[in-house]
Amino acid sequence: MTTTWAQRRKERIDDLAGGRSLTSEAMRRLRRDPVAIVGAVIVGLFVVIAVFAPLLAPHGAAESFPELQADLRPGNIPGAQEGFPLGGDQLGRDFLSRMILASQQTLLVGVLATLIGLAIGIVIGTLAGAFGGWIDTVLMRVTDVLLAIPSLLLAISVAALAASPSQTTVIIAVAIVGVPIFARLLRGSMLSQRNSDHVVAATALGVKRPAVVLRHMLPNAIGPVIVQATLTLATAILDAAALSFLGLGDADPGRAEWGLMLAQAQTYLDVRPALAFYPAFAIIVVALGFTLLGESLREALDPKGRR
Amino acid sequence: MTAPRPTPTAEPLLQVRDLRVAFRRRGEPDTLAVDGVSFDVAPGQVVGLVGESGCGKSVTSMAIMRLLPRRGVQITGSVKMDGEELLTLSEAKMRERRGRDLSMVFQDPLSSLNPVVPIGLQITEVLRRHRGMDKEKARQAAVDLLDRVGIPDPRRRVTAYPHQLSGGMRQRVMIAIALACRPRLLIADEPTTALDVTIQAQILELLKEMVAETGAALIMITHDLGVVAGLCETVNVLYGGRIVERAQRHRLFGTPRHPYTHGLLRSIPRLDAAAGEQLEAIPGSVVDNLPWAHACAFQPRCPRSVDRCVEVTPEAENTGGRLLRCFNPVPASAE
Ligand SMILES: Nc1ncnc2c1ncn2[C@@H]1O[C@H](COP(=O)(O)OP(=O)(O)OP(=O)(O)O)[C@@H](O)[C@H]1O
Ligand SMILES: [Mg+2]
Repeated sequence: MTTTWAQRRKERIDDLAGGRSLTSEAMRRLRRDPVAIVGAVIVGLFVVIAVFAPLLAPHGAAESFPELQADLRPGNIPGAQEGFPLGGDQLGRDFLSRMILASQQTLLVGVLATLIGLAIGIVIGTLAGAFGGWIDTVLMRVTDVLLAIPSLLLAISVAALAASPSQTTVIIAVAIVGVPIFARLLRGSMLSQRNSDHVVAATALGVKRPAVVLRHMLPNAIGPVIVQATLTLATAILDAAALSFLGLGDADPGRAEWGLMLAQAQTYLDVRPALAFYPAFAIIVVALGFTLLGESLREALDPKGRR
Repeated sequence: MTAPRPTPTAEPLLQVRDLRVAFRRRGEPDTLAVDGVSFDVAPGQVVGLVGESGCGKSVTSMAIMRLLPRRGVQITGSVKMDGEELLTLSEAKMRERRGRDLSMVFQDPLSSLNPVVPIGLQITEVLRRHRGMDKEKARQAAVDLLDRVGIPDPRRRVTAYPHQLSGGMRQRVMIAIALACRPRLLIADEPTTALDVTIQAQILELLKEMVAETGAALIMITHDLGVVAGLCETVNVLYGGRIVERAQRHRLFGTPRHPYTHGLLRSIPRLDAAAGEQLEAIPGSVVDNLPWAHACAFQPRCPRSVDRCVEVTPEAENTGGRLLRCFNPVPASAE
């Protein structure tokens, strides 16, 4: 009897002392949420395809094939055939390969733009929320102005300012759209941290100001911002596709990009609607995946849902 | 059980003089939360600050620690530690002193610990800051401290997060952190209020041991006279932001002179009371305070009030080591 009690007690202590953080508890709850699983599967598939695109794609993005070009006439674009499961596009290139390779562009642009926007937003939000006063006022007025402009319009304006359209201008434009959202959100939760008990307690122990801000305030304030980043990935992908669609993206005709492919397919809508359908579908599904994942992440990290 | 303490010397460790804290809000009259509080704390002494909710105990302690926001708060008077004025000290110098010379334990141990940082790191952070320890040394010191405050299996607990500990454990951790750098003054603001009764007794015992061991002076803030009875040498009774009575513990409990103190003591349930005997409650609450201007703030609730109580503000008078602010005190032979 005594051994079992001792064992049980030890297990309980092990369990308690295991150092399980709030994040790992959130992970556990995520695994039980069907919405999170659907989102994670979509995002996971997309990331795998994008990362391994050069290996997965049977052909290059700019490669034209005589067998596809042979039947290419106004009013006819060849469909699926031996070796080309999705058929060819308006220039006789392998459509499947272009679809796969385009995912890489989307991931790259979406992730880079979000990360850049996140980094700048975190710096601005931390400064504004931790120091307040005129720093706060100035920074928040600037973000107010940015927020007042509809996001796509802002992205278009920034991209249009560039001397020549390129992938870099798309990334910068989409990043700038995200900055005020992250900054505002972080500032708000930093402010609520400022008067929280543990921040006052840390101050009462003489912890230096930078350590109070970076160790005691920021990690407790950043949760909502990380969730927002997942959601912003979805809009970043949509915005980037829109910019390409409008011709503000990469000018290289050889490069495959869903937004650009969609734009070019417009001309052949009655001839071969699949050329427009697949890129549009891909954009929507990927954006949906990130949204589902982001929303369930937000719920999992919500302290009210914690037991 | 009481360890020998240094006898009060001429030079107090902490000297609070005429401390006033006013909260000002635009378009509203100022709220005087602390209205001229003065007291001394000798090295190693345990001083109680007692009073009901809203009487200004926390604001007093926050003012001493300089933890009140600068905006909208006006603090006047003087708080001297080792003869050095704290209220005018630069923020950087004050940060040097906090945690090293004077430290604080708060009421709610869960919200006072950083939820995303393991407890060990929260101890080593302070040690490294004030004692200049390297990482490994600080870690060892943290384990020792956790062991000292009675955390079982401290070597593993250093990696635990606050939410994985029970309330009592958390408060033990808070005490360990607050005393990590051996401050000479510890302010404990209702450190047991959030805990259940059995744990309360343990934590009080621990606090008592720890201040005796480190030689720290302690300002014990509480609304619970039971806590004061077992701990404090000198007790200050606060009402409406002013001290209404101060005496040595035995004298205060034996012969309370201020009607408020008297009422507080009478409202504690006693085991030796006859069955069915009613507890005496003090009517009203602090909310319907009159200000101290031209009257005694306790007068509306006072069973012994006389005409003068609504005409003149009673001054604090020191007679035979007892401070009393009352025109018609309870006779010394009442108990
Ligand atoms: N930030 C603030 N702004 C305005 N008034 C305040 C503020 N903080 C405290 N007060 C007022 O100061 C008075 C004293 O508050 P304090 O927190 O010191 O009470 P307390 O004695 O610690 O009570 P408790 O036992 O409930 O902790 C209260 O009347 C309160 O309304
Ligand atoms: Mg209080």
